[in-house]
Amino acid sequence: MSLDAHIGLRLGTLDLDVHLQVQPGELLALLGPNGAGKSTVLRALAGLVPLDAGHVTLDDMRLDDPVTGLMVPPEQRPIGVVFQDYLLFQHMSVLENVAFGLRARGAPKAQARATAREWLERVDLGDYADQRPASLSGGQAQRVALARALATSPRLLLLDEPLAALDVGARSTVRRDLRRFLDTFDGMRLMVTHDPVDAYALADRVAIMEAGRIVQAGTLAEVTAHPRSRYVAELVGVNLVTGVVANGVLTTAEGTRVVVVDAAPGPAYAVIRPQAVTLLRATPAGTSARNSWPGTVVDIDRLGDRARLSVEGPLALTAEITVAALDDLALRPGDEVTATVKATEIEVAPA
Amino acid sequence: MTTRRRARAQRLPWPALLLAAVAVAFFALPLVGLLWRAPWSSAWDYLTSDTATTALRLSLVCSLWATGLSVLFGLPLAWVLARTELPGRGVIRALATLSMVLPPVVGGVALFFALGRRGLVGQYLDQWFGIRLPFTTAGVVIAQTFVAMPFLVITVEAALRQLDTRHEDAARTLGASAWTTFRRVTLPAIRPALVAGAVLSWARALGEFGATITFAGNFPGTTQTMPLAVYLSLETNPEEAIVLALVLIAVSFAVLVGLRDRWLGQVRPQGSVTA
Repeated sequence: MSLDAHIGLRLGTLDLDVHLQVQPGELLALLGPNGAGKSTVLRALAGLVPLDAGHVTLDDMRLDDPVTGLMVPPEQRPIGVVFQDYLLFQHMSVLENVAFGLRARGAPKAQARATAREWLERVDLGDYADQRPASLSGGQAQRVALARALATSPRLLLLDEPLAALDVGARSTVRRDLRRFLDTFDGMRLMVTHDPVDAYALADRVAIMEAGRIVQAGTLAEVTAHPRSRYVAELVGVNLVTGVVANGVLTTAEGTRVVVVDAAPGPAYAVIRPQAVTLLRATPAGTSARNSWPGTVVDIDRLGDRARLSVEGPLALTAEITVAALDDLALRPGDEVTATVKATEIEVAPA
Repeated sequence: MTTRRRARAQRLPWPALLLAAVAVAFFALPLVGLLWRAPWSSAWDYLTSDTATTALRLSLVCSLWATGLSVLFGLPLAWVLARTELPGRGVIRALATLSMVLPPVVGGVALFFALGRRGLVGQYLDQWFGIRLPFTTAGVVIAQTFVAMPFLVITVEAALRQLDTRHEDAARTLGASAWTTFRRVTLPAIRPALVAGAVLSWARALGEFGATITFAGNFPGTTQTMPLAVYLSLETNPEEAIVLALVLIAVSFAVLVGLRDRWLGQVRPQGSVTA
């Protein structure tokens, strides 16, 4: 009882070859930059694009199999989709939008409307039933789209960049609401996003996609702790330093020295988790930390109780500290800091 | 809204305004000419004459039939042209719009050779079914449909092309069949274009002259529509011609103005957010 898909697809310059598995009750985030082919994967799963190779199997039911010529049309797949910018039908009321899928599947009008009303109340939009979608805010439109997709009781829910259409100010609230509503749906969920924060907030597992391939998959903690490429490290916000190890010191191409432990000589990369970085206002007089680099704060990003700071210097680092620490240090972009990292906190792997 | 529109108008350079004014005058002057020469004292008699009422009724009935047929066949054709990868689509589109550029008389002659009693298809219609189209009211409808349908096809095809097909995708994922999707999502979204196309077709059918007189003749009561009656009375009784022409203009003008406000004024493309 799960989704098992191998999506082989050529579309223009895009060459997709993606293996995906989603377990019951799980939310998998497909994370990657624009143009990586994420949305096409969703369209293929929904049946809006036929596969060239591979297969889509949902709960042991074949939905697409180019070898046998099988292709279940989208309207017969037990799959709900929340599209990017939601695609609500503008000529229908909010209630009619949510009732649409039930009506299309043959439910009597009165029953479809009653069920749709329940769904609207579940997403706290019962008062908006008779309004037109155009009068809704982005977050409300998203909830209507979610209710519309879930009203047909799909076994798999696909979400295409659910937060990208919102302005930044609304995003964190909507993300929190989305999490709450998604938690009530115990089917399989697959979300496409280019924003790691969405994955952090919503996903159980991530699959990182680059140029039509999945380059790494696992729980977010696994991927963050052991990113397999600079691309993945940047995406999930881990500091990845490449260089050459000799005598317990990794030296970067720019000549910056990073003291490491238990590292074999030769080309290697060091993973410095943002949480392992300590920021100080002044140069430390005596510290056990073997590494300290001067730097300038260039960017501060608050995420709940945590803040991620980008520090430029001999070694560009992302540091994650508590908001309380940020306030104590009164750090602002442009401030000079010293970043220190204990050598024992740095993981080194041969490149 | 009003103030903004006025402000925009004021920014227009005066030569553009001048040329636009000439265009308006160009359209308005012939009307004024007709009104100027209209025999107002005897207008009522002409209006209620047999010729006028019969021709007007026939014009309205035939043009509405032609509009209905244009929608019935033109809408699927527009869909095929807009949405399929049919080979030879360019040729089909050219064929479907040919009668827009063809002199209507030529169209009438062509119809005659196709559907006339000795025509390519017409001979069999006659032999097998006893159907004779030329010189009948049905012939008028066919001649009008022939010249009117392209307006519907072009308008609707353009709307279908501009439509964001992702709304149709969304409908499909919600369980709607292709037909339900067309009926409940596509059709409402292109409704303004469909209405506009139907109005244009209707206007073209109402004014049809050349193809009608060639294919259907000019028999009062069966094939003599308003444009034919105007043309004929111009020879015999110019005063009557003017009155009939004004009636034709009044009907067309009323429908165009009325429909514009009711339907075309509130065009709102699918997906646009106007909160």
